[in-house]
Amino acid sequence: MASKYTLISSQVLGSSAASVTFSSIPSTYKDLVLRISVRTNNAGDGDNTLLKINGLTSGYSYTNLFGDASTATSNNASSTTSWSIRVDGNTSTSNTFSTNEIYIPNYSGSTYKPASGISSMENNVANPVYTFASAYLLSNTAAISSFVLTPQVGTNFLTNSSFYLYGI
Amino acid sequence: MADTATYDLIASQTLASAASSITFSSIAASWTDLRIVFNVTAVSTDNLYVRYNGDTASNYSITELWGDGASTGSLQTSNAAFLYITDKGSITTTPALYAFDIFSYAGSAYKTTLWNIANDRNGSGYSTSGVGLWRSTSAITSVNLYSPGGSNLAAGTTAYLYGIKAA
Repeated sequence: MASKYTLISSQVLGSSAASVTFSSIPSTYKDLVLRISVRTNNAGDGDNTLLKINGLTSGYSYTNLFGDASTATSNNASSTTSWSIRVDGNTSTSNTFSTNEIYIPNYSGSTYKPASGISSMENNVANPVYTFASAYLLSNTAAISSFVLTPQVGTNFLTNSSFYLYGI
Repeated sequence: MADTATYDLIASQTLASAASSITFSSIAASWTDLRIVFNVTAVSTDNLYVRYNGDTASNYSITELWGDGASTGSLQTSNAAFLYITDKGSITTTPALYAFDIFSYAGSAYKTTLWNIANDRNGSGYSTSGVGLWRSTSAITSVNLYSPGGSNLAAGTTAYLYGIKAA
């Protein structure tokens, strides 16, 4: 049988939702790709989507390289309770949603889990516009079997936010 | 509907012991693009070099942009004998993800490669994006990923070569 870039599961929100969960992720693939396009109800132009894996509340870290309209910046976070993914808030340009991809190789292996992230918020205004290249690490050796995504500041993902999980 | 694959696993390697390089050879011209997913732990600090078709002439150049959590930078090399993929520091304790996209690898134009390196180490580390050019009109039939410092790729390092077909 030919190998594929296989859609494991997807959720496109028909109404606002406080969280999105992918559970029972099979270990039959080599890599996972999570693609999301998100807008939250945060009363600001941006927000973060928090990604928890296997229900873990520790062991996460990340390093970001990002650019806005004028400056390249880098920051990092260690020993956090989730990964953080930059997305649109509810005062950014109407009908705009973030574009984000998280790539996790060897997700069912027994080593720590590195991942790369690409995120963009382009809204045809000077602020906020961001493009992110992120390095993530989960310091845990268990196979990845579930994701839970929640807004960090807002309380809901807005209608038409989309979440796609692929296996390779 | 036919079961037509557009994203094929061409080959994979997992190091059983430390080694200095990983090579994919005899790559067929059956796809549009190539993607290499390299999940590496290093024995000691070093950079990673990439060569195509065993070409050791000065036909490679790169431009990279990196951030280390506090500062950012960009570097460029030209007329090099390899694609110079900097790891910007040790990756000895945690695995790092290198993802390479090689476009139109079987075409007759010069070959462009994009890469992202995810090398977070829980409080330090790097996020790096780069572009490389191999000034050759030959189709790419082999890719050599190697550490110039010797047997530097730790056991358990994995490399997957995928072929992507145009839809």
